[in-house]
Amino acid sequence: MALTLPFRRKRDPDPPAPVQRRLDPLPSARFRAEREADWRRLDALLSKVEKRSAAALTDEELLALPTLYRATVSALAVARETSLDRALIDYLEGLSTRAYFFLYGVRGRIGPRIAAFFRHDWPAAVLSLWRETVGSVLLLVAGTIAGYALVASDSNWFMALAGGMAQGRSPSATTQQLRDILYKGGTDGLEGLATFLFTHNAQISLLCFALGFLLAVPSTILILMNGLTLGAFLALYADRGLAGELVGWLFVHGTTELFAITLAGAAGIRIGWAVAFPGRLSRLDGMAAAGRQSGTVMAGVVVMLFVAALLEGFVRQLVTIDWLRYLIGGAMLALWLAYFYGPAGRRR
Amino acid sequence: MPKEIKRVRMLVTPEGVPLPLELGDAGQRAGAFLIDMLILVGSIVAITIFLLFVSKSIPGKGIDRVLGLIWTIGLFLLRNFYFTWFEARPRGATPGKRALGLRVIARHGGRLTLDSVIARNALREVEAFLPIMLMVASLATRGYQSWILICALGWTAIFLLMPLMNRDRLRAGDLLAGTWVIRVPKRPLLPELSADAEETLFTEAELDAYGVYELEMLEQVIRQAQPAAVATVTLTIAQRIDRRHWSDDGGPRDLAFLHTYYAALRGRLEHKLLYGKRRADKHDRG
Repeated sequence: MALTLPFRRKRDPDPPAPVQRRLDPLPSARFRAEREADWRRLDALLSKVEKRSAAALTDEELLALPTLYRATVSALAVARETSLDRALIDYLEGLSTRAYFFLYGVRGRIGPRIAAFFRHDWPAAVLSLWRETVGSVLLLVAGTIAGYALVASDSNWFMALAGGMAQGRSPSATTQQLRDILYKGGTDGLEGLATFLFTHNAQISLLCFALGFLLAVPSTILILMNGLTLGAFLALYADRGLAGELVGWLFVHGTTELFAITLAGAAGIRIGWAVAFPGRLSRLDGMAAAGRQSGTVMAGVVVMLFVAALLEGFVRQLVTIDWLRYLIGGAMLALWLAYFYGPAGRRR
Repeated sequence: MPKEIKRVRMLVTPEGVPLPLELGDAGQRAGAFLIDMLILVGSIVAITIFLLFVSKSIPGKGIDRVLGLIWTIGLFLLRNFYFTWFEARPRGATPGKRALGLRVIARHGGRLTLDSVIARNALREVEAFLPIMLMVASLATRGYQSWILICALGWTAIFLLMPLMNRDRLRAGDLLAGTWVIRVPKRPLLPELSADAEETLFTEAELDAYGVYELEMLEQVIRQAQPAAVATVTLTIAQRIDRRHWSDDGGPRDLAFLHTYYAALRGRLEHKLLYGKRRADKHDRG
């Protein structure tokens, strides 16, 4: 029975024949009733995925997702044309957006992504930064030469350049003390040292990268500073006839560490370059492209620094024979060069 | 209205259906960041206390070294990979963003790659962490070089205000990685309003009083069911379609009337839609 409504015609004693409304539901309501189960299923699957991960779904559910997504998106398109239920359209928009970003938004699972990173993405990204890397190396070398020349001409420069890194190494130290630093091995607290070195260096190179955003100037300064410090040490040790020994000591981890820092600088320079000279791309797009590429390089830099810290914390302290140090450092350098500039980055 | 539209970007899916994406606003972004920072600092404090407790309860020098190691690595991972880890997952959001219904996407809805997430979060180093460290350092050494504090504040301010200075609310990290932060609020499927409406008699003239805009407003009023609003709207409609009514001040009788009128009006407007006629609002005579 129809509801008795509290209304009565004010005027119009003889109203026109009223339109008989359907008893059966509106077409849009029927449309919804037919598809609602699918939407709710998609909703439930997405909630499950979002709470945990794609691994939470069975294979069958995973296969059902794209189908349900397409059904929902086309339902949205139909609803926009035929339905005036705002809440329904809002719901479908929200659901389609969530499903879209699950299906298209993130690339694959984390395991294969990491494998692809090591197999191809990382060396390819490093390879594509070769110009910036050369620039970065030149900066480092220039810094080293300048540091060496400055300290060689006046040893007072040493403290200014090496400052905090000196740790008892200074022009006033005896030759024996300097030699001891190179060879006094010992295994006490090695893992602590390695960890500290790693986190410290990683932080520095992240900074080196991020500062590239400011037109690369701070990145280049950081690289130069690194070179200056290096040069200062070289000059100090060369003065006592210990240059070869120092290089051996540095070589163990230095080839890896300095390479990593150079790459971080190169990544920073690439970004600064993209900001300043976007070329054919729009500045926004150029920056984004540079950011993605150098983001990959930076992930690799962190890995390299981890290796460098292990070499510095353990191998260098345990191996005190000069030629062995040279061998290990040289082997590492050859390894990195072969990996980055060999076939790995060119495939695909 | 225009303010909202300004923050909406249309994404056309491969199926050719446009989806509106609402960019997260600066307040939501800041809120999410604050929540994440609280979680970060909170877990650092918790880890520190826990490790101190463990080292107190287990004597021996070796243990201290191991714990120190765990602490250093833990801090490093938290600082550098907290954001990256969460944003690289399918949900694309840190707990803070999730709490505010935000997520990170690649610009124009493309694939969000790991590199972008790394790049956008590596930039947090210069945007936030570096100045924060500087400030803490200059506060810890008390007064010494207060200019560092001022520089750090200015630095942070530049990066903090950056999202307010562009249309897409991008911070430096978004700019670099080509990412957007959008709102993906989880909306429930609300009950069908026309379903439990009773059949009733309205003339075509009575149904032609309103358009789509009013229909959607009416839908909101019915769903919220606030007595005051229901009473007002009932009265307005009754006057407009020239029916006398005895209102029960927003009670069930008024609501039932609105329900019925809603179903009838929607039926009529949707029927017209089938013929390609969309009546925007009550002023639309086309």
